[in-house]
Amino acid sequence: MISLPRISMLTAGFFLFLVLLFPIWKITLIAPQYPRGMGFYIWANKIVGDKPGTLKNINILNHYIGMKPIEPDSIPELKYIKYILLGIAGMAFIMAVFNKWQLNLVWVIIFVATIALAFYDFYLWEYDFGHNLNPDAAIKVEGMAFQPPLIGKKLIMNFTAISSPMLGSLFIVLSMVSGVLAVFFGIRQKKV
Amino acid sequence: MKLQLLRNLILFTFSIILIASCSGDKNGSKGPLGSGVAAQKVYVAPGELDEYYAFLSGGFSGQVSVYGLPSGRLLKVIPVFSVDAEKAYGFNEETKPMLETTYGFVPWDDAHHPELSQTDGIPDGRWLFINGNNTPRIARIDLTTFETVEIIELPNSSGNHSSPFTTENTDYVVAGTRFSVPVPQQDISMNEYTGKYKGTLSFVKVENDGRMNIAFQILMPGFDYDLAHSGKNASNGWTFFTCYNTEESNSLLEVQASKNDKDYIAAVNWKLAEQYIAEGKFEEMNSPYIRNYYDEATHSASTETFGKVKVLKPENCPGLVYFLPTPKSPHGVDVDPSGEYIVGAGKLSAELTVHSFTKMLKAISEEKFDDEKYGIPVLDMDATLAGIVKSSGLGPLHTEFDADGNGYTSFFITSEIIKWKLGTWEVLDRVPCYYSIGHLMIPGGDSKKPWGKYLLALNKITKDRYLPTGPELNQAAQLFDISGDKMELILDFPTIGEPHYAQAIPAEVLISNSKQIFKLEENKHPHVTKSENEVKVVRNGNVVRVYMTTIRSHFAPDNISGIMVGDEVYFHVTNLEQDFDVPHGFAVMGALNSELLIMPGQTETLYWKPQFPGVIPFYCSDFCSALHQEMQGYIRVSEKNSKTELKWSVGFEE
Repeated sequence: MISLPRISMLTAGFFLFLVLLFPIWKITLIAPQYPRGMGFYIWANKIVGDKPGTLKNINILNHYIGMKPIEPDSIPELKYIKYILLGIAGMAFIMAVFNKWQLNLVWVIIFVATIALAFYDFYLWEYDFGHNLNPDAAIKVEGMAFQPPLIGKKLIMNFTAISSPMLGSLFIVLSMVSGVLAVFFGIRQKKV
Repeated sequence: MKLQLLRNLILFTFSIILIASCSGDKNGSKGPLGSGVAAQKVYVAPGELDEYYAFLSGGFSGQVSVYGLPSGRLLKVIPVFSVDAEKAYGFNEETKPMLETTYGFVPWDDAHHPELSQTDGIPDGRWLFINGNNTPRIARIDLTTFETVEIIELPNSSGNHSSPFTTENTDYVVAGTRFSVPVPQQDISMNEYTGKYKGTLSFVKVENDGRMNIAFQILMPGFDYDLAHSGKNASNGWTFFTCYNTEESNSLLEVQASKNDKDYIAAVNWKLAEQYIAEGKFEEMNSPYIRNYYDEATHSASTETFGKVKVLKPENCPGLVYFLPTPKSPHGVDVDPSGEYIVGAGKLSAELTVHSFTKMLKAISEEKFDDEKYGIPVLDMDATLAGIVKSSGLGPLHTEFDADGNGYTSFFITSEIIKWKLGTWEVLDRVPCYYSIGHLMIPGGDSKKPWGKYLLALNKITKDRYLPTGPELNQAAQLFDISGDKMELILDFPTIGEPHYAQAIPAEVLISNSKQIFKLEENKHPHVTKSENEVKVVRNGNVVRVYMTTIRSHFAPDNISGIMVGDEVYFHVTNLEQDFDVPHGFAVMGALNSELLIMPGQTETLYWKPQFPGVIPFYCSDFCSALHQEMQGYIRVSEKNSKTELKWSVGFEE
């Protein structure tokens, strides 16, 4: 039977599936010598520069301050996060079959907790890149951290770092909203 | 005749007075509008880009300089025919072959006429061609990299002046002989000039990928072939060459070659020539020549030698060439955008002689011939004449056109530009130049679609235009706004070498095609090193090859030992950078060579022969980064046959 909570859960799963097809986050670095900025996109399963050489160029600049190179191959999360997201999307479809608001609520809680954890993990990576610097670095600034902002704009030396959500994040939010709506519609149906 | 001479003499005297008076004319430098309005017209704000690319020949510098218009900003100097230590052109192993000729390595030439490739008569921004005048050659510059990628030598020619003017679809670029010589070359007296000395007109085929081949040469009488332009629309298929010294003199030409009242414009039917070639009506002549080609994939040039050319003789090929009588040693020959009018500038006269293409065809079909020279019919001048521009200027040289049916002609002796109307031949405006203008250039002004708006005067004499710099001065260029009825001087700037001619093209045609880097993964140099893990030093007898990389801010390897006095060392340096505008330099103390200047993704090779034992530093000569001053290394040089082990390293981790 087609019902609003069921449709909402199916939609939630569908949006979550879409997350895998678009970048989730973008970090852009702008400096006088880089007026158009150098940016890279973070997907669920990869990190790519806005141009073929961008990651390499960012890594060359970062090596002066002793920052570790950004090497997508050495970030394990990029290998498994897509399966977690696929799993949660699959769960949403299963919940749609059961069509119980309590189960839907469990799903929402799991999903929100996962995203919160992922966000915290992202912060840890940023912290690690910004603070764990090579002591032999050519440029050392006492007390200076090079951690980019989680979201928004921050001046780091000569670079303005801009960290902003992309289309993938929108689908995460839409998926969450659909899940919450499923719970909401489910409770309302019950009362009626 | 005497009256005319008298008139010219008066004009000439007048012009000298005019030139003299110009020196004190400070208004001229500001233009009639006042400097404020003029400044606004040429002001390109910091960070903004120019409207046009202008390519100015470097004349005796042998190079091409690229300026932005209307600002007059120098954007780049492209080495073509002369070595350039700044860019290692002619110094590194990769570009040395570019300057090979049948005479050997020639480090210099005199470059006169830049010519943009055209599609359907409109400059298309693929390539720029330019002639080498002294050792006859044509070069091709790729406008995605702004680098010389091909130079072809022209056999059986000397003084390659009337070159490399293109046909409307860049089927051919042409070349003529300015100094007729024995063809084939032989040891004969100059007194045997008449009849025995010949000039050739070469048609160089341009393939779709730009590669040039000599399709055929036409063996012409021993005149001086001066300039050329090809037809457009209906006249496409013909190329027109001016010639002087129809007197066939071999000494004191300033007098001897100025005797004839009329010389000729040679009209060559190259489509018919193609037919004669196809029919086999050519002679194959032993004529060694060389072609040098630079391959962007290998970042290296190579030299090919050829032995024969196909030669057509006009006396065996009826209809191939006609002479159009044109007064007083015609210099420029320019074809208007429609292709109907062929404008001859008799450089010792006050007038422009305009021939009509349709009248020429009619005169040919009606056989209105006045004379014949070495089997080439001379047409009746009255039968081809479309009109005469009576300018009262003196010494007309070159004409370019705007999109509104006007011609603009430079006058060397009276140092001015005259604007006149096509068809009515009336003079509309005139403006002085500082001083003694040669060529002039309107963007697209020699094509089927002039963009107009600006006119650049390329002057021969500079004198007091800029702050004095001793006896040797740069040449001067002046930019005029021609968008209104009156030409207005808006900018004056010095140039590099002697800009004979120039070409310009709207910036947007080239900007998007301009390369920023060379892709490292596409580098096919035989001695490329694509990562630091692959660097090595290889000895083979006394030849040592160093496979080196650069990346901000170090060389790998940066310590090398085991090099010996008398070794022949080749540094194959690959720039691993893939970011726009991060070249690295490479310079070795005491090397009898230039530096290297290596673009991102490119490999270049420096040859070095160590002379004494010791430790030789090398460093990056292009300020690349915050730690550029740290980008350095050492080579230990030991005595010949010493036991020092061949070793290389970077850093201390191993």
